[in-house]
Amino acid sequence: MAKQMAKDPQKTAVVTELQVIEGNALNIPMYQLLKEDGSVHKGAELPDIDKELALKMFDTMQFIRVLDERMIAAQRQGRISFYLSSLGEEAAAIGSAAALKFEDMIMGQYREQGSLAFRGFTIEQFMNQLFSNAKDLGKGRQMPVHYGSAELNFMTISSPLGTQIPQAAGYAFGQKQSGDKTCTLCYFGEGAASEGDFHAGMNMAAVLKVPAIFFCRNNGYAISTPAAEQFAGDGIAPRAVGYGMKAIRVDGNDIFAVYKATQEARRLAVEENEPVLIEAMSYRMAGHSTSDDPTGYRSREEEEARRVREPMIRFRNWLVKQGWITEEEADAQQKAHKDTVLAALKEAEKVDVPHVDEIITDVYAEPTEALKVQLEELKAHIRKYPDAYPNTSGGVK
Amino acid sequence: MAKMNLLQAINSALDVAMAKNDKVSVFGEDVGHFGGVFRATSGLQEKYGRARCFNTPLVEQGIIGFANGLAAQGSLPVAEIQFGDYIFPAFDQIVNETAKFRYRSGNEFNVGGLTIRTPYGGGIHGGHYHSQSPEAYFAHTPGLKIVMPRNPYQAKGLLLSAIFDPNPVIFMEPKRLYRAAVGEVPEEEYTLPLGKAEVVQEGSDVTVIGWGAQVEVIERAAELAKKDGVSVEIIDLRSILPWDVDTVAKSVMKTGRAVVSQEAPHTMAFGSEVAATIQERCFLYLESPVMRASGLDTPYPLAHEKEYFSDHLKTYEAIKRSLNY
Ligand SMILES: Cc1ncc(C[n+]2csc(CCOP(=O)(O)OP(=O)(O)O)c2C)c(N)n1
Ligand SMILES: [Mg+2]
Repeated sequence: MAKQMAKDPQKTAVVTELQVIEGNALNIPMYQLLKEDGSVHKGAELPDIDKELALKMFDTMQFIRVLDERMIAAQRQGRISFYLSSLGEEAAAIGSAAALKFEDMIMGQYREQGSLAFRGFTIEQFMNQLFSNAKDLGKGRQMPVHYGSAELNFMTISSPLGTQIPQAAGYAFGQKQSGDKTCTLCYFGEGAASEGDFHAGMNMAAVLKVPAIFFCRNNGYAISTPAAEQFAGDGIAPRAVGYGMKAIRVDGNDIFAVYKATQEARRLAVEENEPVLIEAMSYRMAGHSTSDDPTGYRSREEEEARRVREPMIRFRNWLVKQGWITEEEADAQQKAHKDTVLAALKEAEKVDVPHVDEIITDVYAEPTEALKVQLEELKAHIRKYPDAYPNTSGGVK
Repeated sequence: MAKMNLLQAINSALDVAMAKNDKVSVFGEDVGHFGGVFRATSGLQEKYGRARCFNTPLVEQGIIGFANGLAAQGSLPVAEIQFGDYIFPAFDQIVNETAKFRYRSGNEFNVGGLTIRTPYGGGIHGGHYHSQSPEAYFAHTPGLKIVMPRNPYQAKGLLLSAIFDPNPVIFMEPKRLYRAAVGEVPEEEYTLPLGKAEVVQEGSDVTVIGWGAQVEVIERAAELAKKDGVSVEIIDLRSILPWDVDTVAKSVMKTGRAVVSQEAPHTMAFGSEVAATIQERCFLYLESPVMRASGLDTPYPLAHEKEYFSDHLKTYEAIKRSLNY
């Protein structure tokens, strides 16, 4: 079918019987290849993934789990101010990133550390950002987990929700114009999909036919608010149809299904300039962040019931059965990640905060005269009261 | 009287207002069963039901648009924006709708029942998007009232006034003090006037003006100045729109010197308005220019939060500049 056109009222089919279309008329099923125990559905066609890629995906998953667990502990110990875990959603992030080309842009929300790790963000880079130190690519300016890397085509995270969605449409439009056959993949939560920016971005992407993949992680919660209080319909995927956009609903805990869904979405985006909305069904197994305590709004029983569907065991069982990894090798890999993560944490902790001169850079391409004056006044002030500004006073002697 | 922190005082004000008038409702992101990410609306859903205290979808422009409609219908909505930094998707609804509803209709319609509560300010390792002080953007909008309490007693009395005031009010809560500020607060209803400043401390050498969490910073600076033998008069504006020019002018005509201490970035922060008005009203009484201690003209940084912040030492230095001009 050609791209849907705005309806000409003259050409709309006419009925004489009043029809009320149900709000849940579009009940989109969920694409799944791997069952919860890691066995393959009968007749299901696995993606074309070789051993090397499969093991890289698994290794990234194990790494992220270790990183998340360790950094939650580090926050509890007061070593960093904040952390946000992706526990239970690793397959959605890693499976989708793996299906992209490295040149494709990724715009994240904040719970997609798996994609960034898959792209090659090093443990040192993670730690430097988390400790807001002088080696952080973001110059210590943003809260922990607001990563970004131009080299890795991963746009720096911004806290205000949904803002990246119309930006993804614009970025992808530029990619289309440049003719370089790349696309933009934009992650966001089912909560963020309530923002006005979601509507704006989806509609513009569909109308302007941009090579973008809108990847919604539906993990059931926006902080304390369950999906049932977020929207009344059948979730996020059906909304695409209203915009004249293609949609896929996928099991976000099945890394193979996510990979295949994203691969097809990428083909549609890049080859046919058809943006695609993917809704990946998952569950936020951890608290929203270290500032949150989920016992205030959901039960242990619910969490336990969802745990069996988590993505890593499923993938691991498949890999073991396939003979691509042994249980012992998988355990050893995890242990090795624990050691690297801890060592990197201890290193990053020792690095100073950025020099105070950085406080005025990047507000504009060049600091204004007024900002330079403010910096000089600030430095004079720090020299006068060095003990009050211990993190930077050493640098202004 | 009971000992309450600032959050408990706000919760108590909402409770009193909801008990008094069943047209008062409370809603926003996570405010329902969970009681809000800071727990300001704790227990209200259990007490008043889901129709009067509820979660909204995650959409600030929707929350305020919905609240505008509800207020136009005659209700008294108290809408929460989870962080002041996330109020901007609702900027259009607030600036073009809330503020102009009455004027543009010739008073055929109004949204005077609306109160918008939102936490503001830094000092909590919040980085760019959990630290901003956006009051000046709204102070530039005729038709709004803007209130910023400094402690639990103020918070409850001012919030009750805001909810029942016949004009829309933005109520900005100093989140740094949510749990840190504790004081005696009456359990029953009481109100404090909107648009009226309070002289927090009388003094004779210099007037230092602030609002919200910054008043505590000013008090610390005044302690330092006192050691130098300087007597500081401290004024808490409490409301920045409309603001109490008379109290400020009277004080400055007495002391002959004025300093504004504010958290927001220096350029075009509300202190600019205060300084301009002081020179209009008190020019011949001034011994030195009005001095300002403010945040830097940069986004709010994380690692350099201490350096960015207009703390007690920078405020103290501004007081000295005013005295030694
Ligand atoms: C514009 C805006 N409003 C509110 C917030 C506060 N906030 C941060 S995360 C969050 C919930 C997001 O839920 P969802 O989009 O489902 O993502 P998830 O956390 O589940 O991954 C909220 C309300 C924000 N960051 N930005
Ligand atoms: Mg969610």
